[in-house]
Amino acid sequence: MYCNNVFKFNFKCAILLFSVFLVFSANSYAKNQAIDSVKVSTDTVVSEAPHAATTSHHEEAHEKEFDPTEVILEHISDSHVWHLWGHTSISLPVILYTPKGIDVFSSGNFHHGEHDYNSGLYTYRLVHEKIKVVGANAQIDEVLSAKVLDFSITKNVAAMFVAVLVILAIFISVASAYKKRAGKSPKGLQSFVEPIIVFVRDDIARPNIGYKYAKFMPYLLTVFFFIWINNMLGLIPIFPGGANVTGNIALTFVLAMGTLLVVNLNGNKYYWKHLFLPDVPFWLWPLMVVVELIGVISKPFALMVRLFANITAGHIIVLSLISLIFIFKTLAIAPVSIAFVLFMDMLELLVAFLQAFIFTLLTALFIGMAVEEHH
Amino acid sequence: MELVTPSIGLVFWTTITFVCLLILLKKFAWKPILGAIYERERFIDEALNKAELAKVEMARLTAQNEVLMKTAREERDLMLKEAKTLKDNIINEAKNQAQIEGAKLIEKAKIEIDNQKKSALIHLKSEVSSLSLEIAERVLRAQLENKEKQQELVNSLLKDVELN
Repeated sequence: MYCNNVFKFNFKCAILLFSVFLVFSANSYAKNQAIDSVKVSTDTVVSEAPHAATTSHHEEAHEKEFDPTEVILEHISDSHVWHLWGHTSISLPVILYTPKGIDVFSSGNFHHGEHDYNSGLYTYRLVHEKIKVVGANAQIDEVLSAKVLDFSITKNVAAMFVAVLVILAIFISVASAYKKRAGKSPKGLQSFVEPIIVFVRDDIARPNIGYKYAKFMPYLLTVFFFIWINNMLGLIPIFPGGANVTGNIALTFVLAMGTLLVVNLNGNKYYWKHLFLPDVPFWLWPLMVVVELIGVISKPFALMVRLFANITAGHIIVLSLISLIFIFKTLAIAPVSIAFVLFMDMLELLVAFLQAFIFTLLTALFIGMAVEEHH
Repeated sequence: MELVTPSIGLVFWTTITFVCLLILLKKFAWKPILGAIYERERFIDEALNKAELAKVEMARLTAQNEVLMKTAREERDLMLKEAKTLKDNIINEAKNQAQIEGAKLIEKAKIEIDNQKKSALIHLKSEVSSLSLEIAERVLRAQLENKEKQQELVNSLLKDVELN
Protein backbone atom coordinates (compact mmCIF):
# COMPACT_ATOMS: atom_id res chain seq x y z
CA MET A 1 0.00 0.00 0.00
CA TYR A 2 2.81 2.34 0.92
CA CYS A 3 4.59 1.48 -2.30
CA ASN A 4 1.45 2.38 -4.14
CA ASN A 5 1.47 5.86 -2.63
CA VAL A 6 5.07 6.39 -3.51
CA PHE A 7 4.40 5.23 -7.02
CA LYS A 8 1.54 7.70 -7.38
CA PHE A 9 3.70 10.41 -5.97
CA ASN A 10 6.47 9.63 -8.42
CA PHE A 11 4.00 9.59 -11.23
CA LYS A 12 2.76 13.07 -10.41
CA CYS A 13 6.31 14.17 -9.86
CA ALA A 14 7.36 12.82 -13.21
CA ILE A 15 4.57 14.68 -14.98
CA LEU A 16 5.44 17.90 -13.20
CA LEU A 17 9.16 17.56 -13.70
CA PHE A 18 8.86 16.76 -17.34
CA SER A 19 6.65 19.72 -18.06
CA VAL A 20 9.19 21.92 -16.26
CA PHE A 21 12.03 20.28 -18.13
CA LEU A 22 10.29 20.78 -21.42
CA VAL A 23 9.75 24.48 -20.78
CA PHE A 24 13.35 24.97 -19.77
CA SER A 25 14.89 23.00 -22.55
CA ALA A 26 12.72 24.69 -25.14
CA ASN A 27 13.74 28.03 -23.70
CA SER A 28 17.43 27.30 -23.54
CA TYR A 29 17.40 25.77 -26.98
CA ALA A 30 15.90 28.92 -28.43
CA LYS A 31 18.56 31.03 -26.74
CA ASN A 32 21.37 28.71 -27.69
CA GLN A 33 20.14 28.72 -31.24
CA ALA A 34 20.28 32.46 -31.35
CA ILE A 35 23.71 32.65 -29.76
CA ASP A 36 25.10 29.85 -31.87
CA SER A 37 23.94 31.48 -35.02
CA VAL A 38 25.58 34.74 -34.04
CA LYS A 39 28.77 32.99 -33.05
CA VAL A 40 28.95 30.85 -36.13
CA SER A 41 28.29 33.80 -38.36
CA THR A 42 31.02 35.90 -36.77
CA ASP A 43 33.42 32.98 -36.90
CA THR A 44 32.78 32.42 -40.51
CA VAL A 45 32.98 36.08 -41.22
CA VAL A 46 36.35 36.33 -39.52
CA SER A 47 37.89 33.23 -41.03
CA GLU A 48 36.42 33.25 -44.48
CA ALA A 49 35.71 36.90 -45.02
CA PRO A 50 38.08 37.39 -47.95
CA HIS A 51 36.33 34.95 -50.23
CA ALA A 52 32.79 34.35 -49.02
CA ALA A 53 29.44 35.89 -49.54
CA THR A 54 28.16 36.84 -46.09
CA THR A 55 24.53 36.48 -47.03
CA SER A 56 24.78 32.80 -47.79
CA HIS A 57 26.61 32.23 -44.53
CA HIS A 58 23.97 34.05 -42.62
CA GLU A 59 21.42 31.82 -44.20
CA GLU A 60 23.45 28.74 -43.40
CA ALA A 61 23.79 29.90 -39.82
CA HIS A 62 20.09 30.43 -39.48
CA GLU A 63 19.39 27.05 -40.93
CA LYS A 64 21.97 25.35 -38.70
CA GLU A 65 20.52 21.93 -38.22
CA PHE A 66 19.52 20.80 -34.75
CA ASP A 67 21.80 17.85 -34.13
CA PRO A 68 20.15 15.47 -31.65
CA THR A 69 23.22 13.21 -31.55
CA GLU A 70 25.34 16.03 -30.26
CA VAL A 71 22.79 17.10 -27.66
CA ILE A 72 22.21 13.59 -26.45
CA LEU A 73 25.87 12.67 -26.31
CA GLU A 74 26.56 15.88 -24.49
CA HIS A 75 23.96 14.95 -21.91
CA ILE A 76 24.99 11.36 -21.33
CA SER A 77 28.70 12.12 -21.13
CA ASP A 78 30.38 13.91 -18.28
CA SER A 79 30.80 17.68 -18.02
CA HIS A 80 32.82 20.27 -16.11
CA VAL A 81 29.82 22.52 -15.61
CA TRP A 82 26.41 21.64 -14.29
CA HIS A 83 23.89 23.21 -16.57
CA LEU A 84 20.79 24.33 -14.66
CA TRP A 85 18.65 26.28 -17.14
CA GLY A 86 19.07 28.80 -19.93
CA HIS A 87 22.49 30.28 -19.43
CA THR A 88 22.65 29.50 -15.75
CA SER A 89 25.09 26.81 -14.83
CA ILE A 90 27.26 25.84 -11.89
CA SER A 91 30.99 25.95 -12.55
CA LEU A 92 32.50 22.89 -10.95
CA PRO A 93 36.04 22.76 -9.62
CA VAL A 94 38.78 21.41 -11.85
CA ILE A 95 41.47 19.37 -10.14
CA LEU A 96 44.41 18.37 -12.30
CA TYR A 97 47.36 16.19 -11.46
CA THR A 98 50.14 17.58 -13.62
CA PRO A 99 53.86 16.82 -13.78
CA LYS A 100 54.42 20.18 -12.06
CA GLY A 101 51.99 19.49 -9.23
CA ILE A 102 48.30 19.62 -8.44
CA ASP A 103 46.35 22.39 -10.11
CA VAL A 104 42.95 23.48 -8.78
CA PHE A 105 40.73 26.15 -10.34
CA SER A 106 37.13 26.78 -11.30
CA SER A 107 35.86 25.52 -14.61
CA GLY A 108 34.14 28.91 -14.96
CA ASN A 109 37.50 30.20 -16.16
CA PHE A 110 36.99 28.40 -19.45
CA HIS A 111 33.75 30.33 -20.17
CA HIS A 112 32.17 27.20 -21.70
CA GLY A 113 35.30 26.42 -23.67
CA GLU A 114 35.47 29.84 -25.29
CA HIS A 115 38.61 30.92 -23.42
CA ASP A 116 41.90 29.31 -22.59
CA TYR A 117 42.98 29.52 -18.97
CA ASN A 118 46.45 29.97 -17.61
CA SER A 119 46.67 28.71 -14.04
CA GLY A 120 50.34 29.59 -13.64
CA LEU A 121 51.53 26.05 -14.31
CA TYR A 122 50.10 25.50 -17.78
CA THR A 123 47.62 27.02 -20.13
CA TYR A 124 44.55 24.83 -20.49
CA ARG A 125 41.84 24.63 -23.09
CA LEU A 126 38.49 22.85 -22.82
CA VAL A 127 37.94 20.74 -25.94
CA HIS A 128 34.71 18.71 -25.96
CA GLU A 129 34.70 18.66 -22.17
CA LYS A 130 38.28 17.36 -22.13
CA ILE A 131 40.97 19.53 -20.61
CA LYS A 132 43.99 19.87 -22.90
CA VAL A 133 47.27 21.63 -22.37
CA VAL A 134 48.00 24.42 -24.80
CA GLY A 135 51.60 24.70 -25.96
CA ALA A 136 53.58 27.82 -26.64
CA ASN A 137 52.34 28.13 -30.24
CA ALA A 138 48.66 28.19 -29.15
CA GLN A 139 48.31 24.62 -30.40
CA ILE A 140 47.24 21.71 -28.20
CA ASP A 141 50.20 19.79 -26.81
CA GLU A 142 48.91 16.18 -26.97
CA VAL A 143 51.99 14.66 -25.32
CA LEU A 144 51.71 16.91 -22.30
CA SER A 145 47.91 16.58 -22.23
CA ALA A 146 48.25 12.83 -21.85
CA LYS A 147 50.40 13.38 -18.74
CA VAL A 148 47.81 15.63 -17.10
CA LEU A 149 45.34 13.50 -15.14
CA ASP A 150 41.90 14.97 -14.63
CA PHE A 151 40.53 14.44 -11.10
CA SER A 152 37.93 17.19 -11.41
CA ILE A 153 34.67 17.24 -9.55
CA THR A 154 32.64 16.79 -12.70
CA LYS A 155 28.88 16.80 -13.03
CA ASN A 156 28.72 13.05 -12.45
CA VAL A 157 30.92 13.27 -9.36
CA ALA A 158 28.79 16.09 -7.97
CA ALA A 159 25.58 14.21 -8.76
CA MET A 160 27.02 11.14 -7.08
CA PHE A 161 27.82 13.21 -3.99
CA VAL A 162 24.23 14.41 -3.95
CA ALA A 163 23.01 10.82 -4.21
CA VAL A 164 25.34 9.77 -1.40
CA LEU A 165 24.04 12.57 0.79
CA VAL A 166 20.47 11.50 0.02
CA ILE A 167 21.30 7.88 0.85
CA LEU A 168 23.07 8.81 4.06
CA ALA A 169 20.21 11.09 5.10
CA ILE A 170 17.62 8.38 4.45
CA PHE A 171 19.39 5.51 6.12
CA ILE A 172 20.88 7.30 9.08
CA SER A 173 17.46 8.75 9.91
CA VAL A 174 15.92 5.31 9.47
CA ALA A 175 18.61 3.80 11.68
CA SER A 176 17.89 6.37 14.38
CA ALA A 177 14.19 5.56 14.06
CA TYR A 178 15.09 1.93 14.78
CA LYS A 179 16.98 3.00 17.88
CA LYS A 180 14.17 5.24 19.05
CA ARG A 181 11.42 2.73 18.41
CA ALA A 182 13.35 -0.35 19.45
CA GLY A 183 11.20 -3.45 19.30
CA LYS A 184 8.20 -1.58 17.93
CA SER A 185 6.60 -1.76 14.51
CA PRO A 186 8.17 0.43 11.78
CA LYS A 187 6.70 3.83 11.01
CA GLY A 188 6.99 6.40 8.20
CA LEU A 189 10.11 6.17 6.07
CA GLN A 190 11.18 3.23 8.16
CA SER A 191 8.21 1.17 7.00
CA PHE A 192 9.00 2.04 3.37
CA VAL A 193 12.65 1.09 3.62
CA GLU A 194 12.31 -1.98 5.79
CA PRO A 195 10.51 -4.20 3.25
CA ILE A 196 13.22 -3.38 0.70
CA ILE A 197 15.99 -4.23 3.12
CA VAL A 198 14.20 -7.43 4.07
CA PHE A 199 13.68 -8.13 0.36
CA VAL A 200 17.43 -7.77 -0.29
CA ARG A 201 18.13 -10.02 2.64
CA ASP A 202 15.49 -12.72 2.11
CA ASP A 203 15.17 -12.76 -1.66
CA ILE A 204 18.66 -11.81 -2.83
CA ALA A 205 21.26 -12.63 -0.19
CA ARG A 206 19.88 -15.64 1.65
CA PRO A 207 18.82 -17.88 -1.26
CA ASN A 208 22.01 -17.22 -3.24
CA ILE A 209 24.68 -17.12 -0.56
CA GLY A 210 23.26 -19.42 2.08
CA TYR A 211 23.88 -19.24 5.78
CA LYS A 212 27.00 -17.05 5.41
CA TYR A 213 24.89 -14.24 3.99
CA ALA A 214 25.16 -11.88 6.98
CA LYS A 215 28.78 -10.98 6.23
CA PHE A 216 27.89 -9.69 2.75
CA MET A 217 24.72 -7.80 3.66
CA PRO A 218 26.37 -4.37 4.05
CA TYR A 219 27.97 -4.62 0.61
CA LEU A 220 24.83 -5.89 -1.10
CA LEU A 221 22.58 -3.31 0.54
CA THR A 222 24.97 -0.47 -0.24
CA VAL A 223 25.31 -1.52 -3.87
CA PHE A 224 21.57 -1.93 -4.20
CA PHE A 225 20.60 1.44 -2.78
CA PHE A 226 23.55 3.24 -4.39
CA ILE A 227 22.52 2.05 -7.84
CA TRP A 228 18.82 2.48 -7.27
CA ILE A 229 18.95 6.00 -5.87
CA ASN A 230 21.46 7.11 -8.50
CA ASN A 231 19.23 5.62 -11.21
CA MET A 232 16.20 7.44 -9.86
CA LEU A 233 18.00 10.75 -9.42
CA GLY A 234 19.16 10.37 -13.03
CA LEU A 235 15.52 10.27 -14.08
CA ILE A 236 14.75 13.63 -12.51
CA PRO A 237 15.49 16.12 -15.30
CA ILE A 238 16.23 19.16 -13.11
CA PHE A 239 19.01 19.94 -10.65
CA PRO A 240 20.29 18.05 -8.67
CA GLY A 241 19.14 15.09 -10.75
CA GLY A 242 19.51 14.44 -14.41
CA ALA A 243 23.14 13.41 -14.45
CA ASN A 244 23.85 10.13 -16.16
CA VAL A 245 25.73 8.75 -13.15
CA THR A 246 24.94 5.04 -13.33
CA GLY A 247 25.08 5.26 -17.11
CA ASN A 248 28.74 6.11 -16.96
CA ILE A 249 31.17 3.30 -17.60
CA ALA A 250 33.60 4.58 -14.95
CA LEU A 251 31.06 4.19 -12.18
CA THR A 252 29.82 0.80 -13.30
CA PHE A 253 33.47 -0.21 -13.68
CA VAL A 254 34.12 0.64 -10.03
CA LEU A 255 31.03 -1.23 -8.88
CA ALA A 256 31.96 -4.26 -10.97
CA MET A 257 35.49 -4.12 -9.57
CA GLY A 258 33.96 -4.09 -6.10
CA THR A 259 32.03 -7.24 -6.90
CA LEU A 260 35.11 -8.84 -8.45
CA LEU A 261 37.12 -8.13 -5.30
CA VAL A 262 34.41 -9.22 -2.88
CA VAL A 263 33.85 -12.46 -4.80
CA ASN A 264 37.51 -13.39 -5.19
CA LEU A 265 38.67 -12.30 -1.75
CA ASN A 266 35.99 -14.50 -0.20
CA GLY A 267 36.45 -17.48 -2.51
CA ASN A 268 37.08 -20.64 -0.52
CA LYS A 269 39.34 -23.55 -1.41
CA TYR A 270 36.60 -25.23 -3.49
CA TYR A 271 36.29 -22.08 -5.55
CA TRP A 272 40.02 -21.92 -6.25
CA LYS A 273 40.22 -25.65 -6.87
CA HIS A 274 37.41 -25.34 -9.38
CA LEU A 275 39.34 -22.53 -11.05
CA PHE A 276 42.78 -24.08 -11.29
CA LEU A 277 42.22 -27.81 -10.88
CA PRO A 278 38.94 -28.52 -12.63
CA ASP A 279 37.77 -32.12 -12.95
CA VAL A 280 38.72 -32.58 -16.61
CA PRO A 281 41.10 -34.87 -18.53
CA PHE A 282 44.67 -33.53 -18.32
CA TRP A 283 44.86 -32.54 -21.99
CA LEU A 284 41.84 -30.30 -21.51
CA TRP A 285 43.33 -28.63 -18.45
CA PRO A 286 45.08 -25.66 -20.14
CA LEU A 287 41.94 -24.83 -22.05
CA MET A 288 39.70 -25.12 -19.01
CA VAL A 289 41.87 -22.89 -16.87
CA VAL A 290 41.80 -20.21 -19.54
CA VAL A 291 38.03 -20.55 -19.85
CA GLU A 292 37.57 -20.36 -16.09
CA LEU A 293 39.81 -17.29 -15.82
CA ILE A 294 37.87 -15.60 -18.60
CA GLY A 295 34.75 -16.47 -16.59
CA VAL A 296 36.15 -14.72 -13.52
CA ILE A 297 36.62 -11.52 -15.52
CA SER A 298 33.57 -11.77 -17.74
CA LYS A 299 31.08 -11.99 -14.86
CA PRO A 300 31.84 -8.52 -13.45
CA PHE A 301 32.43 -7.27 -16.98
CA ALA A 302 28.86 -8.24 -17.85
CA LEU A 303 27.65 -6.46 -14.72
CA MET A 304 29.52 -3.34 -15.75
CA VAL A 305 28.21 -3.29 -19.30
CA ARG A 306 24.65 -4.25 -18.36
CA LEU A 307 24.14 -1.39 -15.92
CA PHE A 308 25.92 1.14 -18.14
CA ALA A 309 24.03 0.15 -21.29
CA ASN A 310 20.60 -0.03 -19.65
CA ILE A 311 20.75 3.34 -17.99
CA THR A 312 22.43 5.08 -20.92
CA ALA A 313 19.88 3.60 -23.29
CA GLY A 314 17.07 4.90 -21.11
CA HIS A 315 18.52 8.40 -21.11
CA ILE A 316 19.08 8.27 -24.87
CA ILE A 317 15.51 7.20 -25.56
CA VAL A 318 13.99 9.88 -23.35
CA LEU A 319 16.19 12.56 -24.89
CA SER A 320 15.50 11.33 -28.42
CA LEU A 321 11.78 11.59 -27.81
CA ILE A 322 12.20 15.12 -26.47
CA SER A 323 14.43 15.94 -29.46
CA LEU A 324 11.57 15.06 -31.79
CA ILE A 325 10.00 18.40 -30.94
CA PHE A 326 13.13 20.23 -32.14
CA ILE A 327 13.66 18.00 -35.13
CA PHE A 328 10.14 18.65 -36.38
CA LYS A 329 10.33 22.27 -35.21
CA THR A 330 6.73 22.23 -34.12
CA LEU A 331 4.92 22.20 -30.81
CA ALA A 332 2.28 19.96 -32.36
CA ILE A 333 4.52 16.97 -31.86
CA ALA A 334 5.00 17.85 -28.18
CA PRO A 335 1.98 15.91 -26.83
CA VAL A 336 3.15 12.80 -28.64
CA SER A 337 6.66 13.29 -27.32
CA ILE A 338 5.43 13.85 -23.79
CA ALA A 339 3.17 10.81 -23.93
CA PHE A 340 6.05 8.64 -25.09
CA VAL A 341 8.45 10.17 -22.59
CA LEU A 342 5.93 9.54 -19.83
CA PHE A 343 5.65 5.95 -20.87
CA MET A 344 9.42 5.62 -21.10
CA ASP A 345 9.82 7.25 -17.74
CA MET A 346 7.49 4.76 -16.14
CA LEU A 347 9.53 2.05 -17.78
CA GLU A 348 12.75 3.66 -16.61
CA LEU A 349 11.41 3.77 -13.08
CA LEU A 350 11.00 0.04 -13.32
CA VAL A 351 14.40 -0.34 -14.98
CA ALA A 352 16.00 1.76 -12.23
CA PHE A 353 14.81 -0.75 -9.66
CA LEU A 354 15.38 -3.75 -11.91
CA GLN A 355 19.00 -2.89 -12.68
CA ALA A 356 19.78 -2.32 -9.01
CA PHE A 357 18.09 -5.63 -8.28
CA ILE A 358 19.90 -7.53 -11.05
CA PHE A 359 23.28 -6.13 -10.11
CA THR A 360 22.76 -7.08 -6.48
CA LEU A 361 21.26 -10.45 -7.33
CA LEU A 362 24.14 -11.41 -9.63
CA THR A 363 26.68 -10.17 -7.10
CA ALA A 364 25.00 -12.34 -4.47
CA LEU A 365 24.97 -15.25 -6.92
CA PHE A 366 28.70 -14.91 -7.65
CA ILE A 367 29.47 -14.61 -3.95
CA GLY A 368 27.33 -17.69 -3.35
CA MET A 369 29.30 -19.61 -5.98
CA ALA A 370 32.58 -18.52 -4.39
CA VAL A 371 31.68 -19.42 -0.80
CA GLU A 372 29.67 -22.58 -1.55
CA GLU A 373 30.79 -25.68 0.34
CA HIS A 374 31.13 -28.86 -1.73
CA HIS A 375 30.76 -32.24 -0.12
CA MET B 1 34.49 5.21 -28.02
CA GLU B 2 34.74 7.97 -25.48
CA LEU B 3 31.51 6.72 -23.97
CA VAL B 4 32.99 3.35 -23.07
CA THR B 5 36.35 4.62 -21.82
CA PRO B 6 36.29 5.05 -18.06
CA SER B 7 37.84 8.37 -17.09
CA ILE B 8 40.39 8.19 -14.30
CA GLY B 9 38.85 11.06 -12.35
CA LEU B 10 35.42 9.52 -12.12
CA VAL B 11 36.89 6.11 -11.27
CA PHE B 12 38.91 7.74 -8.51
CA TRP B 13 36.02 9.72 -7.03
CA THR B 14 33.56 6.84 -7.37
CA THR B 15 35.93 4.49 -5.57
CA ILE B 16 36.45 6.94 -2.73
CA THR B 17 32.77 7.83 -2.49
CA PHE B 18 31.58 4.26 -2.68
CA VAL B 19 34.05 3.00 -0.09
CA CYS B 20 33.17 5.88 2.24
CA LEU B 21 29.47 5.23 1.71
CA LEU B 22 29.96 1.54 2.39
CA ILE B 23 31.86 2.20 5.61
CA LEU B 24 29.47 4.91 6.84
CA LEU B 25 26.35 2.93 6.02
CA LYS B 26 27.79 -0.25 7.49
CA LYS B 27 28.54 1.49 10.74
CA PHE B 28 25.62 3.87 11.08
CA ALA B 29 22.83 2.26 9.08
CA TRP B 30 23.08 -1.42 8.23
CA LYS B 31 24.31 -2.57 11.59
CA PRO B 32 21.54 -0.96 13.67
CA ILE B 33 18.85 -1.58 11.05
CA LEU B 34 19.65 -5.23 10.41
CA GLY B 35 20.23 -5.75 14.11
CA ALA B 36 16.87 -4.23 14.96
CA ILE B 37 15.09 -6.22 12.26
CA TYR B 38 16.73 -9.42 13.43
CA GLU B 39 15.96 -8.63 17.03
CA ARG B 40 12.34 -7.92 16.24
CA GLU B 41 11.97 -11.06 14.17
CA ARG B 42 13.46 -13.08 16.98
CA PHE B 43 11.08 -11.40 19.42
CA ILE B 44 8.07 -12.14 17.21
CA ASP B 45 9.16 -15.75 16.74
CA GLU B 46 9.66 -16.10 20.43
CA ALA B 47 6.28 -14.56 21.17
CA LEU B 48 4.63 -16.91 18.69
CA ASN B 49 6.43 -19.89 20.18
CA LYS B 50 5.43 -18.77 23.63
CA ALA B 51 1.82 -18.40 22.54
CA GLU B 52 1.95 -21.89 21.07
CA LEU B 53 3.46 -23.26 24.25
CA ALA B 54 0.87 -21.43 26.30
CA LYS B 55 -1.85 -22.98 24.18
CA VAL B 56 -0.41 -26.45 24.72
CA GLU B 57 0.02 -25.73 28.40
CA MET B 58 -3.57 -24.51 28.57
CA ALA B 59 -4.83 -27.65 26.88
CA ARG B 60 -2.73 -29.74 29.22
CA LEU B 61 -4.08 -27.85 32.23
CA THR B 62 -7.64 -28.27 31.04
CA ALA B 63 -7.10 -31.97 30.54
CA GLN B 64 -5.50 -32.18 33.93
CA ASN B 65 -8.40 -30.33 35.48
CA GLU B 66 -10.80 -32.73 33.84
CA VAL B 67 -8.86 -35.68 35.19
CA LEU B 68 -8.71 -34.08 38.61
CA MET B 69 -12.43 -33.44 38.56
CA LYS B 70 -13.07 -36.97 37.49
CA THR B 71 -10.93 -38.46 40.20
CA ALA B 72 -12.43 -36.07 42.73
CA ARG B 73 -15.88 -37.13 41.72
CA GLU B 74 -14.91 -40.76 41.90
CA GLU B 75 -13.36 -40.21 45.28
CA ARG B 76 -16.48 -38.47 46.49
CA ASP B 77 -18.61 -41.32 45.25
CA LEU B 78 -16.31 -43.78 46.91
CA MET B 79 -16.37 -41.81 50.13
CA LEU B 80 -20.14 -41.61 50.08
CA LYS B 81 -20.32 -45.31 49.44
CA GLU B 82 -17.92 -46.02 52.24
CA ALA B 83 -19.79 -43.76 54.58
CA LYS B 84 -22.99 -45.56 53.73
CA THR B 85 -21.51 -48.97 54.33
CA LEU B 86 -19.94 -47.66 57.51
CA LYS B 87 -23.25 -46.31 58.62
CA ASP B 88 -24.96 -49.58 57.78
CA ASN B 89 -22.28 -51.48 59.61
CA ILE B 90 -22.57 -49.26 62.63
CA ILE B 91 -26.31 -49.59 62.65
CA ASN B 92 -26.11 -53.34 62.22
CA GLU B 93 -23.49 -53.63 64.88
CA ALA B 94 -25.47 -51.44 67.19
CA LYS B 95 -28.48 -53.59 66.52
CA ASN B 96 -26.59 -56.75 67.19
CA GLN B 97 -25.01 -55.24 70.22
CA ALA B 98 -28.33 -54.14 71.47
CA GLN B 99 -29.80 -57.54 70.85
CA ILE B 100 -26.91 -59.22 72.57
CA GLU B 101 -27.13 -56.73 75.40
CA GLY B 102 -30.84 -57.20 75.59
CA ALA B 103 -30.47 -60.94 75.55
CA LYS B 104 -27.86 -60.69 78.23
CA LEU B 105 -30.12 -58.49 80.33
CA ILE B 106 -32.97 -60.82 79.85
CA GLU B 107 -30.77 -63.69 80.83
CA LYS B 108 -29.60 -61.82 83.86
CA ALA B 109 -33.12 -60.88 84.74
CA LYS B 110 -34.14 -64.47 84.32
CA ILE B 111 -31.35 -65.63 86.56
CA GLU B 112 -32.22 -62.92 89.03
CA ILE B 113 -35.82 -63.87 88.92
CA ASP B 114 -34.87 -67.49 89.35
CA ASN B 115 -32.62 -66.63 92.23
CA GLN B 116 -35.31 -64.46 93.75
CA LYS B 117 -37.78 -67.19 93.20
CA LYS B 118 -35.48 -69.73 94.72
CA SER B 119 -34.70 -67.56 97.72
CA ALA B 120 -38.34 -66.70 98.01
CA LEU B 121 -39.17 -70.39 97.88
CA ILE B 122 -36.49 -71.16 100.44
CA HIS B 123 -37.80 -68.38 102.56
CA LEU B 124 -41.29 -69.58 102.02
CA LYS B 125 -40.26 -73.11 102.88
CA SER B 126 -38.62 -72.04 106.08
CA GLU B 127 -41.61 -69.80 106.77
CA VAL B 128 -43.88 -72.71 106.05
CA SER B 129 -41.86 -75.08 108.22
CA SER B 130 -41.67 -72.64 111.10
CA LEU B 131 -45.37 -71.93 110.68
CA SER B 132 -46.17 -75.56 110.53
CA LEU B 133 -43.95 -76.15 113.54
CA GLU B 134 -45.73 -73.40 115.36
CA ILE B 135 -49.03 -74.77 114.30
CA ALA B 136 -47.93 -78.20 115.26
CA GLU B 137 -46.68 -76.84 118.51
CA ARG B 138 -49.95 -75.07 119.07
CA VAL B 139 -51.89 -78.13 118.07
CA LEU B 140 -49.78 -80.26 120.28
CA ARG B 141 -50.04 -77.83 123.03
CA ALA B 142 -53.84 -77.82 122.63
CA GLN B 143 -54.02 -81.58 122.42
CA LEU B 144 -51.67 -82.14 125.20
CA GLU B 145 -53.26 -79.85 127.67
CA ASN B 146 -54.33 -82.49 130.04
CA LYS B 147 -53.15 -85.80 131.24
CA GLU B 148 -55.63 -88.06 129.59
CA LYS B 149 -54.97 -86.58 126.20
CA GLN B 150 -51.30 -87.10 126.68
CA GLN B 151 -52.03 -90.59 127.75
CA GLU B 152 -54.21 -91.14 124.82
CA LEU B 153 -51.50 -89.92 122.48
CA VAL B 154 -48.95 -92.10 124.02
CA ASN B 155 -51.28 -94.89 123.71
CA SER B 156 -52.03 -94.26 120.08
CA LEU B 157 -48.36 -93.88 119.42
CA LEU B 158 -47.66 -97.00 121.19
CA LYS B 159 -50.38 -98.61 119.27
CA ASP B 160 -48.73 -97.63 116.08
CA VAL B 161 -45.46 -98.84 117.15
CA GLU B 162 -45.94 -102.47 117.03
CA LEU B 163 -43.36 -104.54 118.37
CA ASN B 164 -41.72 -106.21 115.60
